[in-house]
This record gives sequence, C-alpha cells and structure tokens, in this order.
Amino acid sequence: MENLFNSDMVILILLCAVATFATRIGGYVLITRLKSIPPRLDAALNAVPAAVLTTLVAPAFFAGGIEVKVAMAVALVIGLRFSAMPMLAIGWLVVMGFRHILN
Amino acid sequence: MDRSEFMEGLRGGFPVMVSAAPFGALFGAVAVANGQTIAEATLMSATVFAGASQLVGIELFGHKVQPWLIVLSVLAVNFRHILYSAAIARFIRHFSPLEKFLTFYVLTDPQFAQTVQRGETGRKVTFAWYAGFAVIIYFPWLVMTALGGVSGRLIGDPKIIGLDVLLPIYFMALVMGFRRKPNFIPIVAVSAIASVLALQFVGSPWHVSIGAIAGIVLAALLPVDKQAAAAQSAEQEA
Repeated sequence: MENLFNSDMVILILLCAVATFATRIGGYVLITRLKSIPPRLDAALNAVPAAVLTTLVAPAFFAGGIEVKVAMAVALVIGLRFSAMPMLAIGWLVVMGFRHILN
Repeated sequence: MDRSEFMEGLRGGFPVMVSAAPFGALFGAVAVANGQTIAEATLMSATVFAGASQLVGIELFGHKVQPWLIVLSVLAVNFRHILYSAAIARFIRHFSPLEKFLTFYVLTDPQFAQTVQRGETGRKVTFAWYAGFAVIIYFPWLVMTALGGVSGRLIGDPKIIGLDVLLPIYFMALVMGFRRKPNFIPIVAVSAIASVLALQFVGSPWHVSIGAIAGIVLAALLPVDKQAAAAQSAEQEA
C-alpha cells in the first residue's frame, strides 16, 4: 500500500473536506434557529442562486478571449428560448469554430 | 425509497454528469501533474466533491502555498454553500438526520439549483429524487478523476477541445432559469459588476463571495413586493 497515500497530503485533503462540509451544513444550522423568516431575509435568500451563479459567469465572460465572449453571447440568446443542452452544444461549436477554423 | 422518484433524479442529474465529467478528468490530470497520487486525487474528489474548489486547491498546492492558506481558499470558494443550505432548508425539513447529513455532503451548484426549482414549482423534494440526482453525478466524478489521473494527458490543453467554455455556459443556463424571480435583472447586474471588479482589484477566489454578497444585499434592500411575499408564504403553509 506504500506510495498510494502520503499522510500529510491525506490530512490536507481531509481538512479541505471538513471546511467544505462546514459550508454545506452551516446555512441550514443557522436558519433553522430562526422561528419565522423576516421578509427581507426571505428576499435575500431568494436572490442567492442567481447572485452566486452570476459570479461564476460574468468573470468568465470578462476574462475570456473573443471566442469565449461570442460563444457566451450566442448561448445567452439561445437560452431565451431553449434549455441548457442546446446552449452548451451551440456555445461549444462557436468556440471550436473560432479556434480551429478561423485561425 | 420511491423507485420512480429515484429514477427521475437519475434522469435529471444525467446532463450534469455529462458536463461535469470532463472537469473530473481535468482535476485528476492537474492533481497528478501537481504532485498528488491518483489515490489522493480520487480521495479528494470523494471527500470534498466540489470541482471549482478542488481545482483551486490543487493549483495552490502546485505553487507550494502553505497548507492553511489552501484550506482557507477552499473555504472561500465554497462559501456560497452556506447560502445554499440556508435556502433549501424549507424544502428538506421532512428528511431524517442521516438523510440530511447525506444531503449536505453532496450539495453542489446544480443539485442546489434543481432542488430549489423543484420545491418552488410545488413538487415535493423527496430524498429518493435527491439521492438519484446526486449518485449519478458523484460516482462518475470519482471515476473520471481516476481516469484523468491515469492518463494524465487525456484532456491535454482543455482549450483545444473547447472544454473551458462549457462550465460558464452551464452556470449561465442555471442563472437564466431564475429570470422570473423578483428583481432578477438588478440582482444579476450588480453581482456581475461586483464580481468582475472584485476579480480585478481583490483577486480570485474572493470575487465569488464578494459578487454574491453584493447581489444578495441589494435584494434585501430593494422594496419587498408584499403581495408576492404573502402569496409565497401562503403557498408554503398550504
């Protein structure tokens, strides 16, 4: 079994896992201690998914090359009418087109 | 365990598994290149199970960053999960303690988004559905990590085969799924601007938490639509 695991690395991985699990259960522990949810807190919680996911999208658009920007813009338009899979397929085709045909 | 609910979960998680698989392989390849063994990379996928933070963690490890800073960065990238577990609380109250433990263990971005969508459209969030959605993502994630580690170069440069654009487009699709929510446009605009500015002036991975908090604070400050709020709370009580 030697060389499969290094004990320092395993400790580091498990610390990362504990930190991650703490974030995954922390919000539940906090919110179940409140009896009723105030309207403003409710509005804030309702905004969580869109606000968080946007921070994974906007910087990628900003930092991406022209091919990424065009692909994401096209996917946005597709997304107004269609689901995730067509967005992914067409966005991918645009990026591949830029990288392998236009260059 | 309701079989048809479980199957529906499997079907719902399938496209997520397909789009996450290349990133699992990418993580495995990067992890091995940065000094982890295949067994360690797979252990990390099994215990952390959060792709973006795994990639950040292994990248920092490759740069010989101190261990406490690696753990802190993983915590920062995953900080959004605190908001997720708070937001799904109202849909999973009926789960047993063990089910809740497992639920939080596998609470990823798409798992969260689908759970909220299901709960808000009035369908019951069952543990069978949740488990189905999770297992079809979890186990392939481990397998792909190991495969990526074994080949090392299976992916090569992810840009050559266009993988780098898939994750942001996938997250964009999730964002657009929420576009009928109150104040959607101002919240998304503020989060977008704040996260881009934070990326420029503070740096990764803090732009995730900063951008998210900006949008959430705005949502709390904007006038609450009393009718919509009342209708929603009546719905929850029913």
